[in-house]
Amino acid sequence: MNGIIASILDGLLVGSVYGLAAMGLTLIWGVMNVINLTHGAIIVAGMFGVFLLATVLGVNAYASILPLVAASFVLGVGLYWVAVHRVIGQPPLMSLLSTFAVNLILIGLGTALWGTQLFNVTVTLPGLSLGRYTFPGTHIMAAVLAFVIAGLLYLFLHHTRLGKAVRAVANNREAAALVGIPTTWVLSLAFGLGVALACTAGALIATMFPFTVLSGSTYQVNSFVVTVLGGLGNPAGALLGGVALGLLEGLATPFMPVSWTSVIEFVLFVIVLIAFPRGLFNFRRS
Amino acid sequence: MKRRPLIAAAAMLPAIPLAVSLYASPARAADKTLTIGFTVSETGSLNVDSLAQLHGFELWRDDVNAAGGIKVGDDHYKIKFVSYDDQSQGGRVQQLYTRLIVQDHAPFLFSPYSSGLAATAAIISEQYGKIMLTEGAAESKTYELGNKYLFQMYTPADHYLTSALDVVKAKEPTGTIALVYSDDPFSKAVATAVRAQAAERGLKIVLDESYPPNQTDFSAIINKIVSSHADVLLGGGHYPDGATMARQIYDQKAPLKWITLLVAPDSPQFATLGPAAQGISTPSQWAPQVTYKPDFGPTPAAFAKAFTERFKIAPGYHAAGGYGGGLILQHAIEVAGSIDPAKVAAALDKTDATTLFGATKFSTDPKSHGLQIAHDMVLSQWQMKDGKLVKEVVWPLGAATAPAAYPLR
Repeated sequence: MNGIIASILDGLLVGSVYGLAAMGLTLIWGVMNVINLTHGAIIVAGMFGVFLLATVLGVNAYASILPLVAASFVLGVGLYWVAVHRVIGQPPLMSLLSTFAVNLILIGLGTALWGTQLFNVTVTLPGLSLGRYTFPGTHIMAAVLAFVIAGLLYLFLHHTRLGKAVRAVANNREAAALVGIPTTWVLSLAFGLGVALACTAGALIATMFPFTVLSGSTYQVNSFVVTVLGGLGNPAGALLGGVALGLLEGLATPFMPVSWTSVIEFVLFVIVLIAFPRGLFNFRRS
Repeated sequence: MKRRPLIAAAAMLPAIPLAVSLYASPARAADKTLTIGFTVSETGSLNVDSLAQLHGFELWRDDVNAAGGIKVGDDHYKIKFVSYDDQSQGGRVQQLYTRLIVQDHAPFLFSPYSSGLAATAAIISEQYGKIMLTEGAAESKTYELGNKYLFQMYTPADHYLTSALDVVKAKEPTGTIALVYSDDPFSKAVATAVRAQAAERGLKIVLDESYPPNQTDFSAIINKIVSSHADVLLGGGHYPDGATMARQIYDQKAPLKWITLLVAPDSPQFATLGPAAQGISTPSQWAPQVTYKPDFGPTPAAFAKAFTERFKIAPGYHAAGGYGGGLILQHAIEVAGSIDPAKVAAALDKTDATTLFGATKFSTDPKSHGLQIAHDMVLSQWQMKDGKLVKEVVWPLGAATAPAAYPLR
């Protein structure tokens, strides 16, 4: 097992979770043209959720994901009605401000309650050792779950009536309303789904790395990069974009000082934007 | 008409308690307050360590005030703190220290926690000619820029990993080192010293890299450490990155025989990492088991007991450094018999004392004024004792409470 190959493989694993995190952002962005700036805060909420359930209540970390998905979906729908509904269709700055305000509230609450101390969720899962290198079980499990969830999302969007309604509203809201789809209801559902995806990604990240109240911002920036790489509104593209980003990180790190990795990432990101303005994985376009 | 005398009497009522208080408490005229200003990182990444330092300050203040205050001639000054949240940011430190000096008129200052922030505060304090005792700040460059009123409590960064190198030399003379550290002024200063000191001891550094201070995922770096076949890891930075790296090293089963990380393992919170914390060592400015005999102030054991009772957690070196800084300032004011800055600075320059924190003596060479020249570091290691994780002092051998566990796990 070569160090470079180990780095690439681990990059792919962690990249899948970046992709999952970005799926929530891209779904909301694609369906209702709202850039959800609470994305980072929701990821942190997912991290705290799994911490509370696993460390304080003793529930298995992975089993705690299901109740978190349900709770965050409800939270997302609520957030939609409180902060987003009235700014749909308004100039983009309105929705940015609105979601940014909610983000500040959530982070502020979190800091007031828990400070910025580091929290850790200890998960014992046997890893996979190849030669001198070990791939932690948590990374493998997180990557597997990311793909499973992405698959479920795909099935939902393409093989259920509700999913088709979501895609219809994303495609053309007025036309969807004309054919009798309750667009407002669908928008709130899509927002809830996007929030649930972000929360789940946060929960999985918490099983892999310790976190603080402020950890969401790194993943929020990552999610933007991945969303644009994968194409706006394209959840499958987001997953692949995340994997691509992870691959890039894994490939670059063995060859250069770690501090240069993000420079390379963003330079390549700019190049991709110029060459593929619609994203790398935008195969079919409207 | 009849009511007037009544009203007049009623109007005079409040005057009575006032008159009584003026005559009945002779101490009132001599009850003065001395303001000490500083910032705390209540938010941001330095939060954990900065709050520990603040608790040290608070315990000192309350102990001093309970004993009647600092004695200056015939007067007693009660200590009052004015502090703000610097959010772990240099920009805020700049604004807030200016405010502490210009608006709050604090005659004495403590530094924020961390070398980077203390360096920023030092620029402001020197500009206004205010005495500042720096705690939680080990980088030595700050004192080499020409200052008159800076006084460093901590052992300078150059000596942080010296004892770890001594352990490696003793246990594995041909061992190879991976030096992986955070890209911040303190950690970089430590790393620079390690390179020179490792060469002096004939130890080879096979990986030498820095990472951004806000790095959250160390998997790729750890793979690099594994690829380098290093026996020993030295480095880290502050709490979040050190703790995360420790956890990921354990998850990835990196085959290292010795790990010394800066700062993070010293916090009692480090034990929450469970098995990932075992065997990890840290250079420490202080440990609760040290047996210094103080010239004034409480003994290390008495301090540790009082701190644990009040804050429900054992003190680490950040808290001890905070308390020690307060004691040294108090002693200098009492010796000077005045709160005049020039006199107190002269008293600080002449300080050569031992407190619960250890020895304190400041350099008076203008090229390095205020640099700490007497304080020693200890090396502590997390070890399993009766199924629980405890921090034992393993080096220097004269101060050790347990032998070093090599290899660490």
